[in-house]
Amino acid sequence: MTYIDEFPTEAKIIRWHWGVAFAALGIGGLFGLIQALFRTGYFRDALPITAAEYYTVLTAHGVLLALVFTTFFICGMFVWALTRSFDRELHDARIVWAGFASMLLGTVLATVAILNGFAPGLPFSDSSVLYTFYSPLKAHPAFYIGAALLIVGSWVVGADYFLTFREWRADNPDSRIPLQAFMVLTTWIMWYLATLGVAVEVVFFLIPWSFGWIETVDPLLTRSLFWFFGHPVVYFWLLPGYVAWYTILPKLAGGRLLSDPLARVVFVLFVLLSTPVGFHHQYVDPGISEGFKAIAMTNTMMLLLPSFLTAFTVVASMEYGARRRGGKGFLKWLRSLPWGDPAFAGMALAGLMFAAGGFSGMINAGMNINYLIHNTIWVPGHFHLTVGTAFALTAMATTYWLYPQLTGKQLQHRTLALIQPYLWFIGMTLMSNAMHRGGLAGIPRRTAEPIPDGAGAAVFDPVFGTVSEIQLQIAVGATLLTTSLALFLIVVTGTWLSRPRAGALRVNGDIPDALSGPEDSPRVLDNLTLWAAIAVLLVAIAYGFPLWSMVADGLLSPGSAPIPV
Amino acid sequence: MEIHRFEKLWLVAALLLIVAFIGTIVYGALGAGVAMVDDSGGTVDPDDPTASDNFREPGVYTTDDGDVEVYVIARQYLFSPGSTEPIQVPANTEVTFYVTSGDVTHGFNLAGTNVNTMVIPGQVAEITVEFDETGDHHIVCHEYCGVGHHDMRGTVDVVPQSQFEVSDE
Repeated sequence: MTYIDEFPTEAKIIRWHWGVAFAALGIGGLFGLIQALFRTGYFRDALPITAAEYYTVLTAHGVLLALVFTTFFICGMFVWALTRSFDRELHDARIVWAGFASMLLGTVLATVAILNGFAPGLPFSDSSVLYTFYSPLKAHPAFYIGAALLIVGSWVVGADYFLTFREWRADNPDSRIPLQAFMVLTTWIMWYLATLGVAVEVVFFLIPWSFGWIETVDPLLTRSLFWFFGHPVVYFWLLPGYVAWYTILPKLAGGRLLSDPLARVVFVLFVLLSTPVGFHHQYVDPGISEGFKAIAMTNTMMLLLPSFLTAFTVVASMEYGARRRGGKGFLKWLRSLPWGDPAFAGMALAGLMFAAGGFSGMINAGMNINYLIHNTIWVPGHFHLTVGTAFALTAMATTYWLYPQLTGKQLQHRTLALIQPYLWFIGMTLMSNAMHRGGLAGIPRRTAEPIPDGAGAAVFDPVFGTVSEIQLQIAVGATLLTTSLALFLIVVTGTWLSRPRAGALRVNGDIPDALSGPEDSPRVLDNLTLWAAIAVLLVAIAYGFPLWSMVADGLLSPGSAPIPV
Repeated sequence: MEIHRFEKLWLVAALLLIVAFIGTIVYGALGAGVAMVDDSGGTVDPDDPTASDNFREPGVYTTDDGDVEVYVIARQYLFSPGSTEPIQVPANTEVTFYVTSGDVTHGFNLAGTNVNTMVIPGQVAEITVEFDETGDHHIVCHEYCGVGHHDMRGTVDVVPQSQFEVSDE
């Protein structure tokens, strides 16, 4: 049976979440193109923005894509993963709707506040503080309230996941948690823990401060609370990608997952290690001792392990599928994979780019080599491979496969859908390699005008290539990426507006069991309370002393009064 | 729990790689002497950094042992010194930059080098380097600091020791 026939309420919930996600994706993506064409100097004069408004565009791009698109997409996708694998409805759909409403309200408030940056007629005031909103640069309170509502809404959605789990557990006291449900629940444990940092930052400090109820905040403390959340959030983006790679991709390749137990181990490692690493974003922050940075660095490096394990399992599962489809040879089996299936192609290419992103991430994690690339354009080069491809392209590929099952409609414009991931891959290859190389030459991120007037390219000296060639690749890459994004939106919109067709869908939602099932793994892996407790302990060790040293000299000092944008 | 032998090999190789990465960082810290920006610079009042004992009037100073200390305050959208007049420092001499902010969060990066630190209100970033070669370095403010962020820049001139003139004592 198709998902929509079995779970009509849940299918509707997911469609609404994805509707908001894709609207944010469209607007945020367009802003990305404007940015790229502006800062590289192409069409700079033709674009309807000023250098000051560039930062409004940049704020909207970051917030709409990294926070809104991701969170809505994930909340929706996990409703599918949870109910499908438990084979039962949500505990109470109204709870998820309440969370959705909170997230939507938050998104609208924050977006209006941001757009005020180039439309002062809108309510609120200029909130171009970028998605990291470092104090003491101050946004309108609506921006912070919007961020808080988005986070709290996701907590409420997650609460229904756990209530559904409790209900399932009561009926199945001795069963192993199904793999997808296990992945959803572990991801959300990590999310609850991680979002505590940003929630405290926004609710206890930035909101009262932006209203003027408290005079100052400590910029170092608030940014540390942000990064408490700011790194695990990347695993919040990544893990749904892993859910797709572990459970959907092997099936699309024609086989099945090799090992259920190792998939569980990987997710447990992420629960434990995702959060006590945030200081690796603050390697060059004054006010934090070297020892605390070294602890974060070690944890970060250990996080490579679950990703290496994933690389093995995903590639091995694809090979297994290819050989079942008749693939032979040492590498020739690669040709037997269904490269003509947009869902498969998208996920496989996303996985490949994630490998490249993983390697540039190791450079970021290297405490001393980070000096060379910190806050250069290398960094967005890195995260456009991770959140911008490993997550975003996997999400689009998942949509090609799952959206028909949520609507009962065949995927429309299949040719466009097939071109889309390849175009994304080419566009991202151009843009990302250029950004990495530009960063090595010291070209900064987050700037409307990286090359000083009249100074030519002399201040930045790439190891190979030239600054103008780098700029050209970024502009062309961004154009291809936006085109690819438009294709995705055409496919989804076309499918949405098409009529349900009689007869079977081209796709089905069956997911074969793993070759090595959960019965091969120790039951302790399913002890979510235990892993949550250890995760809290590790966070207390990594963050207890440094946060204490920041607040010991006064919670709000050294304090800064708000400075409006 | 059964793990395929290829996967065991992969696991061991991945762990070795991780240990090797951590090893490079330990070597960088202990062998090559790459120190992290840390809390050694202390804290100041963001509204008036020079009022504090651990921050001097912005400028270039020499110490009794012949080392050079540079105190820089970053404000929207100037480095003082650095923007209106270049910071002049001698080559082959230990130079310590003390950088703080008088308003919002900024960045301080000499393009193409590993002199790179965040500039956070209330905190003093302390970073010690030695320039092997003479020449100019472009100071980039690499953290968004407001609508004029892209105009915030400056210059560090590295001159031969013989041409270095002490501007402050």
